[in-house]
Amino acid sequence: MIAFILKRLLIAVPVLLILIVATFVMMYAAPGSPFASDRGIPPAVMANLEAEYGLDQPFLVQIWRYISGIIFEFDFGPSFIYRDQDVNDLIAQGFPVTLTYGFWSFIVAVLVGGTLGIVAAVRHNTWLDYTAVGISVGAQVLPNFVMAPILVLIFTLWLGWLPGGGWQGGQIQYVILPVIALSTSFMASIARIARASMLEVLTSNYIRTARAKGLPMRRIVLRHALKPALLPVISYLGPAFVGMITGSVVIDVYFSTGGIGQFFTASALNRDYGVMMGITVLLGTLTILFNLVVDLLYAWIDPKIRY
Amino acid sequence: MFATKTAAQDLAEGQAVRGRSLWADARARFFRNRAALVSLVILVLVAIFAIVGPFISPWRYDEIDWNVLGQVDTAGRPSATHWFGTDRTGRDLFARTVQGTQVSLMVGIVGAVIAVVVGTLYGAIAGYFGGRTDNLMMRIVDVLMSVPYMFVLILLLVVFGKSMIMLFVGIGLISWLDMARIARGQTLSLRGKEFVEAAVATGVAPLTIILRHIVPNLLGVVIVYATLLVPSMIIYESFISFLGLGVQEPLTSWGALISEGAGEIVNGTLWMLAFPLFFFVVTLFAFFFVGDGLRDALDPKDR
Repeated sequence: MIAFILKRLLIAVPVLLILIVATFVMMYAAPGSPFASDRGIPPAVMANLEAEYGLDQPFLVQIWRYISGIIFEFDFGPSFIYRDQDVNDLIAQGFPVTLTYGFWSFIVAVLVGGTLGIVAAVRHNTWLDYTAVGISVGAQVLPNFVMAPILVLIFTLWLGWLPGGGWQGGQIQYVILPVIALSTSFMASIARIARASMLEVLTSNYIRTARAKGLPMRRIVLRHALKPALLPVISYLGPAFVGMITGSVVIDVYFSTGGIGQFFTASALNRDYGVMMGITVLLGTLTILFNLVVDLLYAWIDPKIRY
Repeated sequence: MFATKTAAQDLAEGQAVRGRSLWADARARFFRNRAALVSLVILVLVAIFAIVGPFISPWRYDEIDWNVLGQVDTAGRPSATHWFGTDRTGRDLFARTVQGTQVSLMVGIVGAVIAVVVGTLYGAIAGYFGGRTDNLMMRIVDVLMSVPYMFVLILLLVVFGKSMIMLFVGIGLISWLDMARIARGQTLSLRGKEFVEAAVATGVAPLTIILRHIVPNLLGVVIVYATLLVPSMIIYESFISFLGLGVQEPLTSWGALISEGAGEIVNGTLWMLAFPLFFFVVTLFAFFFVGDGLRDALDPKDR
């Protein structure tokens, strides 16, 4: 097991380095200076600014500074637009928000989606099954940027039950709509995957044996079928996590929740390379770590996997 | 029963029984699937809408109706002059929806085509050669997949300028990864088959084996997956355009239109959201159903 973890880590580290280097090279190759503006800055001032941020150094020096800054000091560098804040400040400000609704979205997607899928499979070809399939088929064409305006239209404008944006320190009524908007399409995918794999497991021989022994259905599902049926769901958690992180950008923009995605879009529109790079690297790191955890979880649950 | 009767007659009259190919079988299965068939018709209608739309629309997609501008909430409603109403700046929404449909469909199809060509070849090569080559090639795919590509794509768009070409390149870069995995998996099981062995034994070059013997056998799976890829490519593009980072004005796409409409719902101009959303949802639905139908028709395992 330890060898397996080490092996996965050994893959994760170069992936991370490649991500950082690729991001940096792209930013370095970008035409124009982050300080260029309509007003036209005198060359001397420009040179001073570039020296201040170390942009006049050779490429290798710059990239080494950036990488070592991240690794040794956990410093993602300065923002070129918000002069008095660096990327760490922005992350510290936005990340807790993203983490809060991201966490709940993940929980909702897995629990609701998983339950829906398993119930549908156990009650195969009943109205419960049809309803669950209907919901998951409908929800797959409702990505977050479609769900968000629909939810606001219904729950904010028509019913007036929930606020259509803002965060207010994460009070529950501000969290509900972002969580629903973000989790819907993933819930649908998880439900579909869980249903398909549960159906397959339920027709397998050892389940028939268990039924022949006269075990109650409830016990068969929970004790015998659940674990193998969840394997495909687990392998979907990695992509789902990536999707949710990506989707958080839309949530932040549409609901003005003030999460990390808001800074990312703003920096993309302002060409604030420092912030874009910092956020990409941070989220890339998270993704890679999460995939590692999913891999380990998978290996732990699936007895067929040898490390 | 009817069929057996005619078959029996044919046999009795000494006529040769016409063989049914796997593809004919699959086609018959597909046409029995009513949801898939209806979806296919819908897709054709959407395509006709995108192609014919510019010729029947009295307005151009970037033309501003100055009579409407400033009073869009009332004068910009769907009417005889503006069938779908107008957008915030008084541009005809029918013409813009047509234009957006063109862009979105194009992105979806181009993404899927790149995925089919690059992904299939990549996966087939990795799977056929196996061993170290396979390991290295699939590790590269793993690495690329574990990156939150949407951020990298946005980075690309910002650094190299927002253009349609860049959007296609960016979407093409990520679309083939899943396809490569699927193609590889299938190739692994094909590699041990007798007809491949026979080809090897007769001295056929590896690349010829891949192109002539492996790839045609992958087609079923590839087609199914490509149909399911189109909607996800459309979703990617819409996502980026929703954030204002994709197609640029005056061009538009479903994502950009939905974004504009979503920003206006407070003003009660619901048609700006409703029409693009309708096309988006209906087309995506249709693609998913056609994909499912094709899978049932082409994947013998599921029967």
